[in-house]
Amino acid sequence: MTRRQTRMIAVGGLILGLGLAAWLGFTAFSKNLMYFYTPSDVIDGRAPAHARMRLGGLVEKGSVARGDGLLVNFTLADCAKKVSVRYEGILPDLFREGQGIVATGHVDDGTFVAEEVLAKHDENYMPPELADSLKTDTGHSCMPFKPVAEPAKTAAAAS
Amino acid sequence: MWTWFHRLASPPSFYTFAERLAPWLLAFALIATGYGLIAGLWFAPRDYQQGDAFRIIYVHVPAAALSLSLYTGMAIAAVIALVWRIKLAEVAITALAPVGASFTALALVTGMLWGKPMWGAYWVWDARLTSELVLLFLYLGVIGLDAAFADRRAAARACALLAIVGAVNVPIVKYSVEWWNSLHQTSTILKFGKPTITTDMALPLYGALLGAYALAGVSALRRMQNVLLLRERRATWVRELLAERAA
Repeated sequence: MTRRQTRMIAVGGLILGLGLAAWLGFTAFSKNLMYFYTPSDVIDGRAPAHARMRLGGLVEKGSVARGDGLLVNFTLADCAKKVSVRYEGILPDLFREGQGIVATGHVDDGTFVAEEVLAKHDENYMPPELADSLKTDTGHSCMPFKPVAEPAKTAAAAS
Repeated sequence: MWTWFHRLASPPSFYTFAERLAPWLLAFALIATGYGLIAGLWFAPRDYQQGDAFRIIYVHVPAAALSLSLYTGMAIAAVIALVWRIKLAEVAITALAPVGASFTALALVTGMLWGKPMWGAYWVWDARLTSELVLLFLYLGVIGLDAAFADRRAAARACALLAIVGAVNVPIVKYSVEWWNSLHQTSTILKFGKPTITTDMALPLYGALLGAYALAGVSALRRMQNVLLLRERRATWVRELLAERAA
């Protein structure tokens, strides 16, 4: 074997090993890399019960109810479940019904009490005239809001 | 074909090749970037949800695309430098790192300026933003490592290793928005399936993308020329070239 072939194998092995290590590492820590929990996670008990966390989902159509001052109540939904949210503060410009948002706060008595609300816009761009003429709802897809993990089947079976 | 490649890999012929190619590439870069930015910033329609703020896409997306492409190029040069010990590949690592770092910094800054009005925050520690920041640190690491060695051969080998190790971050940046929940939206153009942007908005973006690739190409060629001159300053071809210029 020439020295060049030896080096080729060494570099190839390095790339393969690093790729494998990265894949194993990121698969193991996948849960920790999620930026937010979804309503499904909260309902199914996969989100921390009282700790501060982020919750992401779509603002449900017709659910926004404004109260005194800056108080606002709305429902946040992913593809499967929904959670009601209470927030007192200034909303981002993009906040509206059907919009994806990420809220920071904690769950209190089944309601998510938010301290901060950020807008999560989607990857679709079009002029306003086209958005109007499409007539279908320009509300966003629930697909970007993935539950943190599949429901723990073993735990469910045990109980 | 192979002989042409081998000849091109020799420093003097690469130098002349770059000298001839660079002006044309620069002209193309200026035309494409000019079209992309003018058409994108003035003539493309407003977005239905983001209004005029979406226009920062015409700078942000090309910068982000180049930050990943240049790192990929640098990692390929690193493999060639380690396995085949081709001097030109070593020069390419040194030359590409600052260009890539600049585009990464531009992507981060324009992203922050876009994030504040739309998301409501300049910065969040989600997977996409964090991995892009790591990419900037990798570039800075290569630049620093390169400067830390007096021996150019040793510097190139160390940088090549770092560039290859850091390459695992490239797919992580690209697919972070698909694999994990993030605040950053998923890809509009560089994805499977139809781009989800109307044609009158997309054309200037393609122009800006092509222009940015050409601009990065010119910067890379010019930097490689300079690095070559410095490394080969005692070689006959450089002396002859300098004598020719002086005359």
